[in-house]
Amino acid sequence: MTESHYDLVIVGAGPAGMAAAIDSARAGLRVALLDEQQTAGGQIYRRVGSPALRDRKILGPDYYYGEKLVDSFQRCSIDHIRGASVWEAEADQLCFSVDGGSHRLTFDALLLATGAQERPVPFPGWTAPGVMTCGSAQIMFKTSGLAPAVPVVIAGSGPLLLLVACQLVRAGVPVEAVLDTTPGSHYREALAELGGALRGWRYLLKGVRLLAELRQAGVPLIKNVRQLQALTGSDGQLERVEYSHRGRRYSRVCKTLLVHQGVVPNVQLSRSMGLEHFWSEQQQCWLPRCDLWGESSMAGIYIAGDGGGIGGALAAELQGRLSACAIIHRLGRINQGERDEQARGLRRQLDQQLAIRPFLDRLYRPAAEFLHPADETLVCRCEEVSAGEIRRIAGQGCAGPNQAKAFSRAGMGPCQGRLCGLTVSQLIAEVHQLPIEEVGYYRVRAPIKPVTLGELATMAPQSSHHGAGEVAEK
Amino acid sequence: MASDSAFKRLPANPADAVEIWVEGQAVTARAGDSVAAAVLAAGLGPTRTTPVSGSPRAPYCMMGVCFECLMEIDGQPNTQGCMILVTDGMKVSFQRGARDIPECSA
Repeated sequence: MTESHYDLVIVGAGPAGMAAAIDSARAGLRVALLDEQQTAGGQIYRRVGSPALRDRKILGPDYYYGEKLVDSFQRCSIDHIRGASVWEAEADQLCFSVDGGSHRLTFDALLLATGAQERPVPFPGWTAPGVMTCGSAQIMFKTSGLAPAVPVVIAGSGPLLLLVACQLVRAGVPVEAVLDTTPGSHYREALAELGGALRGWRYLLKGVRLLAELRQAGVPLIKNVRQLQALTGSDGQLERVEYSHRGRRYSRVCKTLLVHQGVVPNVQLSRSMGLEHFWSEQQQCWLPRCDLWGESSMAGIYIAGDGGGIGGALAAELQGRLSACAIIHRLGRINQGERDEQARGLRRQLDQQLAIRPFLDRLYRPAAEFLHPADETLVCRCEEVSAGEIRRIAGQGCAGPNQAKAFSRAGMGPCQGRLCGLTVSQLIAEVHQLPIEEVGYYRVRAPIKPVTLGELATMAPQSSHHGAGEVAEK
Repeated sequence: MASDSAFKRLPANPADAVEIWVEGQAVTARAGDSVAAAVLAAGLGPTRTTPVSGSPRAPYCMMGVCFECLMEIDGQPNTQGCMILVTDGMKVSFQRGARDIPECSA
């Protein structure tokens, strides 16, 4: 592949990226969309074009809704670059790796639609083989028709917890128990957001139905679970889960423990570009600072979907279309009046979709024990750094997460802080009694995905040419 | 090495069978499986040990975030098993500790 220029480059083929691509291509823009997967859909509609599971009832209509979007996307005229890891982006160009070779694209506008990742769930034993995320169970359903090893226990907090429990039941996988770690006080606090919740009544109804489905299936739903712990057998594999409930300690045998504490934006690329981020108290995570069109602190760089703040798949689709309106206008294909006219309906629908968020965010805010884990809990899975070690180095004067890398190697492993970044910042803020915003986050640097020297070398002719030019000019 | 902790195949839409080699053992997978999924379906693993303490790890997020499923795939170490789809004859080995840096043949 040679160097290419596009009007718009989109990163991520989830609902936001696909929707933006469809509208932009229809408006006549030359668009490239890069995605790590081989098929469009993102995580939410993953492999919906050729789903593995024969029984459509297991995943339900919200998943198959994506068929229409994927189909429209596949019909539109864009360059869909599959299996592409974007490892560096700047104001007007990005680098990515595909099939062992690296390439560079330039653009007039960039849309990051990188979606969400599950919030890290640090608790004792969470690194044991057999502990997986609820999202991973869904991915295996969607891509391989695989059900987790039984006995299965599900633990955590949030809508996905109940959904995955129901999907397992529908697939005939017995769920031993759902351990809900949502603190009881959160139900009372969430009542303050009831107005928005009632406007988002469809989501409330869905939650009620999931609970009824679990009850009907006879799955024990144990609320107010605390002090979750995964324990392994002599082979190192997960063997049982322990937890406290109403002051008593319980133990359950399980081979798979699916955990979940909500989702947070995947900000690895937006961080690495140096875009401004702020701490959202409501969502308990960092969000890139964007305007109503999704334009970030860097002109021409837009962010749509869960990567800009958690809103769910339908909201992401609308946000992708709103950013597309702004980009199409920016590149001179429609005037401001046309842009605003198109955006009006989208905004109304988006408000409707987001109405439930304050209620959900309040209700399912992770319990303190996951945000501020006990000393013995590993927070950095890659470098095996415990919460106690982070507290100790903070006590010795380590002021922020970047220093913590030097003190402890936390965040220095292959995941580059994706699984410990939030926790390390929270722990340092706790020790110094500072707002998390002041403590900050890891400085994320390119390459944000592992790239071999061999892959980098495939770009060498271009780079050395540029280098020679610079020298000659001096 | 196969254990009874395997993930189970549910009734699925048709797809080609793909044979891969995991730690020298033949494993039949489904076209469209990631390497990590194929390994879990075969009941094999843990798929790596950590460089720091040597503790066992297995696929965790299945979406490219956690890097727990690092394996050596067709001779390439440090590869995310959840991001690579199986192909016929693919050779997979588990990663023990940090990857080896091969000596340069200058």
